Amino acid sequence: MKNETVHILLADDDKDDRNDFIEAFESLKIITKVHTVKNGIELMTYLTDQSVKLPHLLFLDLNMPKKSGLECLIEIKQINRLKNLTIVIYSTSSSEKDMEDTFIHGANVYIKKPAHLTMLKKTLLHVLTINWQYHTSGLNRDNFLLHL
Amino acid sequence: MIYYLKYNINEICKQLVHEQLKDSGLKYNLLNTNELDVLEVVSDESLDKLNIILSDAGIQIVVTQKIALVQKIKEAITELVSMEDKLILSKTSYHLAKTLNYSYRYLAGIFSEVTYTTIENYIILQKIEKAKEMIASGEYTFTDIAWKLNYSSVAHFSMQFKNTTGLTPSLFKRIINQKRNVALTQANL
Repeated sequence: MKNETVHILLADDDKDDRNDFIEAFESLKIITKVHTVKNGIELMTYLTDQSVKLPHLLFLDLNMPKKSGLECLIEIKQINRLKNLTIVIYSTSSSEKDMEDTFIHGANVYIKKPAHLTMLKKTLLHVLTINWQYHTSGLNRDNFLLHL
Repeated sequence: MIYYLKYNINEICKQLVHEQLKDSGLKYNLLNTNELDVLEVVSDESLDKLNIILSDAGIQIVVTQKIALVQKIKEAITELVSMEDKLILSKTSYHLAKTLNYSYRYLAGIFSEVTYTTIENYIILQKIEKAKEMIASGEYTFTDIAWKLNYSSVAHFSMQFKNTTGLTPSLFKRIINQKRNVALTQANL
């Protein structure tokens, strides 16, 4: 894990949120490369471009205009090339129903986005570490559900 | 007239590796000049062959001992957890040290250095993974699972499950079942 770069794709319509995530990722001891898109439509255009290298992890804001995180999730799971992507959904609400819905439709991680940057860093490090264990230890991704 | 050449050593080395491996048919990525990420399973025999090919160009494959040892620790843990033996699960550190023939302190140090997590956390993760499998199979009650994985009580098992996954075992079970139904419906569309 030491030298390997983790490729991350982040979809969020809010500029401040995007900056929070980028800052948090940059501070981690794990080396990441973050690509951002601004909404669900841009996300799907990016992901369905065959020449694009798929990310190790997709962070998806649940509440986006035009196409929501859940709608993107459902679409992604129906595309063969994309259906094995590890998907982290985050939201500012802690609705149990949102969480259940995203898991049922194939998300792996559900995060309530922490208000403080320090907490966000900690949460992201945890997600990356657990995801790494799935990546390297041959664990069953169908059972990969994590709620933070 | 003498001209001087300036070398970009990294680039030259990369080109050289690609050149040497061109005919091997091996699928790989070359990371940071000196990490060869092989995208297929390599037997010891083929590894020897690769070493011979590369040694012509003065290149040698090093499997770092630490990484190899961590891989062995992980395999040993998976093995111990899968045995569902209460006696072994209650003394994993002793059994790891015995199986791998190193002191537990040494193993624990290397493990944390390479994986950013501890052996203890890794064992918990593996036990919870095993629990998830058992829940998903639908063949075991939570009491069975707690007993098989050497938890002192269902409450203790539920607590560790919740701490690790953020979900209670019953919510996990409900979600996994619904997820299957959704996947089935989609497959039939």
